[in-house]
Amino acid sequence: MVPFAGYEMPVQYRSIIDEHRTVRSAVGLFDLSHMGEVAISGAEALAFSRYAVVSDPGALEPGQAQYSMLCTDTGGIIDDLILYRTDDGYLIVCNASNRDAVVEHLGRLLSRGDFDAVLDDRSDRTALVAPQGPRAAELVAGLTGLDLEQLGNYRSLPGRVAGIDCLVARTGYTGEDGFELFCDARRAERLWRALYDAGQPLGLQPCGLGSRDTLRLEAGMPLYGNELDRDTNPFEANLGRVVKMEKGEFVGRRALQQVQQEGPRRKLIGLAMRDNAIPRHGYAVHADGQEVGQVTSGTLSPTLGEKIAMAYVPADQAGIGNDFEVVVRERAYRAEQVKLPFYRRPRPEPAA
Amino acid sequence: MYPDDLRYSKDHEWVRVEGSRATIGITNFAADELGDIVFVELPEVGAQLAQFASFGVVESVKAVSDLYAPVSGEVAEVNEALREKPELMNADPFGEGWILRIELKAPDEVEQLMDAAAYHAQTAA
Repeated sequence: MVPFAGYEMPVQYRSIIDEHRTVRSAVGLFDLSHMGEVAISGAEALAFSRYAVVSDPGALEPGQAQYSMLCTDTGGIIDDLILYRTDDGYLIVCNASNRDAVVEHLGRLLSRGDFDAVLDDRSDRTALVAPQGPRAAELVAGLTGLDLEQLGNYRSLPGRVAGIDCLVARTGYTGEDGFELFCDARRAERLWRALYDAGQPLGLQPCGLGSRDTLRLEAGMPLYGNELDRDTNPFEANLGRVVKMEKGEFVGRRALQQVQQEGPRRKLIGLAMRDNAIPRHGYAVHADGQEVGQVTSGTLSPTLGEKIAMAYVPADQAGIGNDFEVVVRERAYRAEQVKLPFYRRPRPEPAA
Repeated sequence: MYPDDLRYSKDHEWVRVEGSRATIGITNFAADELGDIVFVELPEVGAQLAQFASFGVVESVKAVSDLYAPVSGEVAEVNEALREKPELMNADPFGEGWILRIELKAPDEVEQLMDAAAYHAQTAA
């Protein structure tokens, strides 16, 4: 167990590699109750959300969700998040480590008095349990009356799971099909146990922070604090598609427009090691013997058996197939730029 | 729970002395703390190890840790199997997961190490 954003979190229950493989092949169960949940309601909830985030919540129908970010005036990323349109407004699900920063930032924007909207930080009373993997749908289907066929990727529905009221979302951070079940924190243990028990015949294992990190890295998903921070803008992080300039004014627009026009100076890339060394967060990246960037995340990929990393390098040196070196314990080891994501889940067979 | 015929360092290495040779590995306590071991970097045969100095690196999925020599000596043999199967250090830390055999330089150094009971007391603390 390790302290994490005010919670005691398991890095692993038994083995990171076993947990990782379970999510790729069956179903893993994550306790993500540390995540932040901040609701935005009021007559101008939509207008305020559109102003605060870089994406366009105006495109969301009730029950839809989108990946988004909050940026500073200078275009740096305050947090990345998922924005859900709910029956009574919008729900931001943010990183636990940034919850206070997100609440403070949104509170400051609202305090200017331009929007008739209300914030409600529900993080402490909201638990989040996430079954993830190819058999997650089978697991949840057995415990709910909801028609999961109607619940596509990045969609959510209120409903009961194991008799407990939840917001059932088809989202995740593993690169697999899966669900995030938000419920009242007082019901969390019951929900966890029901999923845990019903999942046993499916091969379910509880999964910790360790496999969450290796799963998202294989899936090429950024982690705040590694790939993203206030000195990084969305375009550098390959997240330019999330930024919707055409929606009108929003926080960070001017700075981001400039980045978009000029092109980002550096770029987040994928590396596969060609020599035998494991790249890690903070290791230097060289090209032709010169330091050009840094590894943001790296690991031995349990699925691919390859040593993989994400790294920032100058945009003009990025290109699939390009050669780099990663410095591990003062020695340079060869690496090749490869496409992101490293892993993409197999498409389901089309129904006959 | 720890074999009685071994001596232990506070850095969680074990030593088995046989004549002038010592076999070195990490304990099951260390292996469990590290989690799945996926990589090990070992010295060459002939390298000189100084007691309590770092001689190599072990990496789990999550973390990088130094390996510390429990005794001084010259590396006589390296467990080559670990290069392909570092997970042997998790599966059988006192057996197939051994790391090095060294020619002892100062055999009395072994006396500074803990016996199984003392090591058990340290890890239970």
